[in-house]
This record gives sequence, structure tokens and C-alpha cells, in this order.
Amino acid sequence: MLSVKTKTGLVFFPAFDWAISATHPEREERLLYTQDQVFEEGLLDIDGIIEYKPDLATIQDVRRVHFCVPDEWSVLTESHLISAGGAKTIGMQVLEKNVERGFALVRPPGHHAMRVVHGARGFCNINIEAIMVEYLREAYKVDRVAIVDTDCHHGDGTQDIYWHDPDTLFISLHQDGRTLYPGTGFGYEMGGPSAAGTTINIPLPPQTSEEGFLYTLDNAILPIINDFKPDLIVNSAGQDNHYTDPITNMNFSAQGYAELTRRLKPHIAVLEGGYSIETALPYINVGIIMALAGMDFSKVREPDYRPQRIRQTADTAEQVKRVVADVMDCWEKGPRLRERNRAEKKSHKRERAVFYDTDNILETQMEEQRTCRDCSGVLSIDSETDRGHHVLAIHIPRKACNECRELGYQLYDGANLRSYHQIFLQDRTHDQYLVRRN
Amino acid sequence: MIIGLDVGGTHTDVVLIGQDCILRQAKVPTNTSNLFDCVWAALDEVTRDVPPEEIERAVLSTTLTTNAIIEGKMEKTAMIVSPGPGIDAELLRTCTHYFIVSGSIDHRGREIQPINPVEIEGLSSKLKAEGIEHVGVVGKFSVRNPKHEIQIGEILGDSFTNVLYGHRLSGNLSFPRRIATTYLNAAVHPIYKGFFKAVKESLKKKGLNIPIYILKADGGTMSLEASLFCPGETILSGPAASVMGSLPFASLEEETLVLDIGGTTTDMAILIHRVPLLDPVGCELGGYKTLIRSLKTYSIGVGGDSTVRVLDGKLKIGPGRDGPAMAYGGPTPTPTDALFVLGKINNGDAQASQRGMEPIAAAMGMTLEEVANEVFDHACQMILNGAAKMIEDINSKPVYTVQELLEGYQVQPQEILVLGGPAPYFAFRLAALTDFQVHVVPQWQVANAVGAALAKNTSEVTLFADTERGIAIAPGEKFYRQIDKNFDRNDAVALAYELLKNKCIKEGAVESELEMEVLENVQFNMVRDFYTTGRNIRIKVQVKPGMVSEYKDIAASMFHVSPSQKMPEKMR
Repeated sequence: MLSVKTKTGLVFFPAFDWAISATHPEREERLLYTQDQVFEEGLLDIDGIIEYKPDLATIQDVRRVHFCVPDEWSVLTESHLISAGGAKTIGMQVLEKNVERGFALVRPPGHHAMRVVHGARGFCNINIEAIMVEYLREAYKVDRVAIVDTDCHHGDGTQDIYWHDPDTLFISLHQDGRTLYPGTGFGYEMGGPSAAGTTINIPLPPQTSEEGFLYTLDNAILPIINDFKPDLIVNSAGQDNHYTDPITNMNFSAQGYAELTRRLKPHIAVLEGGYSIETALPYINVGIIMALAGMDFSKVREPDYRPQRIRQTADTAEQVKRVVADVMDCWEKGPRLRERNRAEKKSHKRERAVFYDTDNILETQMEEQRTCRDCSGVLSIDSETDRGHHVLAIHIPRKACNECRELGYQLYDGANLRSYHQIFLQDRTHDQYLVRRN
Repeated sequence: MIIGLDVGGTHTDVVLIGQDCILRQAKVPTNTSNLFDCVWAALDEVTRDVPPEEIERAVLSTTLTTNAIIEGKMEKTAMIVSPGPGIDAELLRTCTHYFIVSGSIDHRGREIQPINPVEIEGLSSKLKAEGIEHVGVVGKFSVRNPKHEIQIGEILGDSFTNVLYGHRLSGNLSFPRRIATTYLNAAVHPIYKGFFKAVKESLKKKGLNIPIYILKADGGTMSLEASLFCPGETILSGPAASVMGSLPFASLEEETLVLDIGGTTTDMAILIHRVPLLDPVGCELGGYKTLIRSLKTYSIGVGGDSTVRVLDGKLKIGPGRDGPAMAYGGPTPTPTDALFVLGKINNGDAQASQRGMEPIAAAMGMTLEEVANEVFDHACQMILNGAAKMIEDINSKPVYTVQELLEGYQVQPQEILVLGGPAPYFAFRLAALTDFQVHVVPQWQVANAVGAALAKNTSEVTLFADTERGIAIAPGEKFYRQIDKNFDRNDAVALAYELLKNKCIKEGAVESELEMEVLENVQFNMVRDFYTTGRNIRIKVQVKPGMVSEYKDIAASMFHVSPSQKMPEKMR
């Protein structure tokens, strides 16, 4: 009987009865052909590949990560809890050591969901990786986590959630924001004052192919992970860098994704985007599963795969090299910046607008972060939407010092409720979530 | 009258069932070197002086193919597989003559790369030269488009005794299982054909012109003629016979755990409102994972004759059997011997049982009676643990829709039906150890043969339709039709029912007995560039396993109960 070297867990949840809307890319049919391919290849029969039923994530799991406005059930559905729950299931199986690696092949995706959630953006409502990671931190005392987002779109939601967390290395590899949604993810976005350098953005030029991706992996991602020494490596495995994806312009392939997975060796992979549902996803997913399990994937390829035809130009290769050089610069600068900012012990503000394209909501945020010598500091977010919701959200980080924790509660208790519809407090030191409302 | 016959590992059981009772029953030893002989001897036992015209039919369940597979006594068979891209097909090799050829079909059934006729012609000459007569042909996604398998078969032509196509055996996806299923069906064909001929000829010689049916792994029957095409379907029909024999006594409202406690193993199955649970993909046998439709059964190595010993101060029962219980002249102590020591059985040499148990008692530091109780409890506990594991396994099966996941249907049996040799003794103890209602299947000694006799025809049809490509295909039924873009899931279900009805009647079913149901009915809108371009429809319909319609009268009167009231012999 066929068996594999690396015990690999799989949650497959195609949500065959859920769609954003009938003809939306995020629809029932999305994983249909992937299911056909995975079943026909017989991957689930292989000794050492274990399929698990997804658990449902709980509202408490969501509250460890998000401030949902006005409340959780207004911005999510059961399918989001199953999707996040699927990631969580894989995480638990890996940390219980029942499997060495795992893949949550679930939908809907989550990497565009930020800390404050007023609705859906980029097909995402809640951040399934972050919900998993924070659950694992709570339940298994995992500390340092690296999240490598290989979706073609900038993982702006995950970036936002971990912007101020020096213990989470977030690396996003994506098509240059000047040419694709969400229009962010430039090299200079390198994390908040207390976590400068632990957000790494690698914007790649359109038409980057296997060589470019693997060059980036070998010359930036792997060395950075090696320096960071994470306890856990998570891959947000979006599959829309594929040469046949209808909404992006990259030239990556199933072979490339499998090889990237083989080299990256993530403990947990979570499906994100990818909308070439017939000609890419079936092959990429089979490739990723086989690569995780340590199987030979050399014969996995798309029907029309011609490596020569999608090869990047010399010009593109040059651009990739320059991007990688810039990234390594940022990585080296990070620690000094963090030290300096934390020593200053002052308040840093940033004002920004967040557009929820899926639900057509515009949010304006005033975010204030207070740096601290002893911890990553309290965060407060004043958020208002064009629908008229106005909230204040206070986040006390997981390793907050007593002083900052006190400060968090003072901000929460002291805020004037007449100015807001709701005031939230997320105290990660005691896994607490409080709401004051009119 | 109906004859039910079950060839087991040690005994062959046979019953002759009349309108309202078991008219005759017999047990003859199984002669594994000549299964037909014992079939014949058993038939002879029950048909003596019976006018042949009064026998409506005979249903046989045999271990012929199961044994051939487990013992590796299979015919030299060649496999020609066309994998296209994906997992390395070399890893799926089933036999020496295993050839990977070009050609590729994708998940929607589109041809990606044609086969290479020259390659197949060369292979054909080579196989002929080597004297191979049996060939299996399997393509990846051949159930979505069997073109390549058929083209390869056509090139092979008539020069082989049997060329078997993978797509004809099951509509389910799984290339590795399709290869194994095709291989097994092709490789047991000759030995099965021998049996088939012997049965036919002997009946003719005896002037018994009765229709013969064969029991399948899914607890249903097929005609003897139909079985020749897919002899692999007859594997594991033994456990299926027992499950079917317990059916009339199971609750109509609840879920039931069936335990068939044999000499070496205990086989388990689940009934839901008197309908046996099927394996969602197919059964496993002798290391082969197949697409052969079967009951969901689970087997553990504990039975009445399991070897009892002490290892590192701990009691160990099974797996394995050294022979019968010492009370019946066997070499090592067994749970049955424990029953002798406890005085629950006394039709053998109880002193031999005591002699066997003494060293166990000494090693465990217990009295003879204590250790006998311990052995018995331990065996029961192993069975219950096995059952718990099977139920957990069934309940952890993943589902793929939000609705199913939230509904979270869980199997939770409330009662246990026990059959097999030591059934009454075990039932008593199992009842004491659990909260289950425990009943013994009446006539448990021949429940398997009764199960075979009363089983009705079962069948399954898989239909795949793709309105963008304009095709509807049911590969197992050699069915292919062009459809227009208005074809929808209702049309597809109607079509699948039609195909199922024809298939069942061809396999010997009576039209009035057909209880057809839909197993899978899904339709996906196919959207390309934000426009709906077609529908992708997957339908699976079946006739589920059950009893022939006359069974109610037979079962009720045979066991002296009124149809409305179930009467298991309760052992508390």
C-alpha cells in the first residue's frame, strides 16, 4: 500500500453550498475540480495522508483577533467559522503531533480581513490564518510564528493584524500593488514602530515565473525565516499567481507551487485565493499536498504546461533581483528601528482609509500605538464608516507589561461612550474581550 | 422455496426456506481445495426429495474469490494503464505485467493527449507472445470519458480471453482503486469461471432448472450470469450474508450494531433503521483498496477460538487462532474454553478447558474461575472497543457542505444484534457491560444462510452530465448521450433511474421489487468570465440492500412473531 514519508493532515472543505453571489469567483464551483482531481489521484487513500473533519471556530476564537462591528454575526456566516475552524483543526493536529504538516483546503478565504471588520473585503470576512495562530498561541503556548503569504494579492489583512507584533513574521509575496488589488504591499511597509522589520513585503513584477519566485524564496524568504527562528511556519497558500488565473498577471505553475512548498516546508498551509478553478487549482492543490507529504511531484502538471512559454524575461529577472535586494535591506534595518522606537516611548499615530470592496463600505481609521520598552505596547483604533458606525477598539497585546495593560483598561474605561456606538477591549494577556455600548 | 447457501471459512451453511419457516438446514465442512464440492454437497442435503419446480431460486455466497485474493492465487493478468499527469503511476503497480502508456483525459472528460496506437499494438504482440490471456485497461478519469480505454480495447481485439475496462466496474473517482478493482476482477475471472461452469453443469445434470443468484459484498444479489462479468463483486459476501440475516430483527426506528462473533474474528456492521450502511468508496481486501461496493464492515481479531495467552503479566487474546477450543480437541486455551470453565457450555471436554486455563490462572495469580471471567470480559471489551472505533470512524467522515456540517448527523446505535457460534453467551455478557439493548439473532447458527436466501438484488448507477460540453455519460452502463443546454438535474435523475431499472432487470431483479433512491444529486452552475455557461451535474442512484418483499411473512412466521412486533431473544 502506498505510504508517505511525512505524515500530512488535510482538511478539505469546499463549501459546495456557499457563494458570495451566483457568478462571483468565490462560488460553489470553485473547488469542484480540485475535489475531482484529489479524489481521482487517490491522495486520501495514501497511508500517512489523513483527512480531518473541520471543527467550527468559535466566536471567542474570532474575538482574539478581530473587532467585528457591530458584532460577529453581522459580518460573518457559518461558512466563515468552518473555514477558520478548518485551519484551526489542522493547527491542532500539527501541534498535537498527530501529523507533521497539514493543509487546510478551505473556502472562503481570509487574508484581506483586517483587525477591525465592518464587512467583506477582497472576498474575505475574517482572517482564518490569524484566528488559527492566535488559537494555537492560547492553547499550545506557541510563541514565534512566521506567516508566508504566497497569494498573488498583497495579504493586507494579515499585515494589518500583525503590524505591531514583533513575534509574528509576516512575509507577503505578491504582484506589485501598482498593478493589482489591493494596491498595497510595497517594500517600505515594514511594520509598526514596535515591530519594524517583521512585516516583509515582496512586490514582484507582472509575468514573474518559476525562476523569479524560487529566486525570491531562496534569497529572501528562507534566509529571513532562518534568522527569525519561528516555532511555526504558516503558508497562506493562495494560488492565483498561476499563469491561467483570470484576475492576475503572473506566470507561476503547479510545478512551481509544489517546489516552493517543498523548499519552504510550512507546518501548516491554508488555501487563500486562486480562481483558475479548472486549469490551475486541481493541479496546484495536488502538487502542494504531494510536496507537503514528501512525495515525488515531478509528474504533476497542467494539461497546457509549457515552461518555455511562460518563462520570465531577463528584464523581469532583473527587477526581481532588485526587489529582493531591497527586501534584505529592510530586514537588516528592522532591529535597529525597533530598538530606537521602543526606547523613545511615545505615541505613534497613523490615519488611513480602508475600502471594503466586496461590501462597498468606506472606513476611516485613526490608529494610535504607544511604544514601550518592555512590551509591544497598547493599540487603540478609532474607526468610523460611511454607514455611520463609529467605534473605539483597544488592543492589549499578548505579552503586554502590567503598565501597558493598566493603560489599556484606562483607555477602555475612560473613553466617552457618547462619542461612540461601541467601545471594545481585546485583552490578549487574559484572553478577554469586553464591549461597552450605548 | 428459496435456498440460501453461505460458504464460510470452516463450514458451509445451507437453508431451504419455505413460505413460513426454515424447512431444512445443514452444515457441511468447507473443502477449501474444492469449493464446488461442498456447495454441491450442501445443496444435495437440502434438496433431497424436493420437487425442483418448487424451488424458486438459490442464492450463493462464496469465499472463492476472497480466498483467491488473500492467498494470491490469481491468474497471470496484464494491466495497461494510461495515467496522464499526476501521481507516478508506477507507485500503483499491481502486478508484473503492468504497463504505463500515453494518453490523457482531464477531470471534465476532455482529451488532453490521444493514445498512441503503435504503442498499444506493440504491447498487444508482446502480451500474446507471453501467453497472457487476461488484460485490464484503466485510464485516469475514464469514468468521465472512457474513449481511451475503449480505443485500447479495440486495438487489443479478440485475441485475449478477457479484456476488462476500468470504467465499467464503478462510476466513482479514484484511479488507484480503479486499477486495483480492474486487476482483481480480471485476475479472479478464470477461477470464478470454473466455479460458474461447474454450478451450471451440475444443476443441469441434476435436472434442477432453478435460477441461481450470487451474493455481493453490498448485501445484494446478482444473477449468476451477471456475476461472470464482475466476479470481484462477490468478495466479502460472507460478512454481508450475516448482516443480511440479522436485518429482519433489527429496529426500524433505531440504529443497530451487528456483531458476528466467529471463531477467529468478530465482524461488525451498522444498520440504520434496518438498512445496512455501505462503505462510501469501496471495500479493502488483502491490501487492495477497491471501488467494489460493499457494506461498511469492520473486522477485529477476536472470536470464540482466539488464542489466549499471558504476555508480560497481561492477558492477550488473539489475533489468530491455533485451532478449535481445547474442549473440542484444540491445542491452546480460548474464550470458548473460558465458557466451559464457567460451566456455560458443556457439550465438550470441560476438563481439557480447565487444563488449558490453569497456566493462565497461575500466570495471572487468579483462581480458575476468576481468570475465566477475566478472559471472557476481556474478549467482550475488545469487541466493544472495536465497535466504538468503527462508530467513531464513521462519524468522523468529512462532509463538504455547510448544511451537512452544521447538521452533523452522528451514528449512535442503541441496540446490538449478536450472531455467530458463541452468540448467546457473549450477548449476555455484552449486555452486562454496556447500556445497549443486546439481542441474539434467532437461528443465529444459520443466519448467514438465511441472509443470503432473503437478500434482494442491488445496483448502482453513476451519471455525469456537463451541459457546457453537451454530454451525459454513465460509463458503467455503456451509456453516452448528447444533451442540450436545458438538461438539468431533474432530467439527469430521471435518466439515471431509467438506466438503473434496466440494469437491475438485466441482473435478474423483479421490477415490482425495485426500490430506487437517489444517493447523490448535485448540480453546479459553471461560470466562465462572470457568465453562466453550463451545468455540471453528478447523480448517483441505487437500489439499496434489503430483503425480498416476501420476507416479512417468512421472517415473521419463521421466528414466530407477528410482523408488527419484533421478537429478539433477549439475553439480560
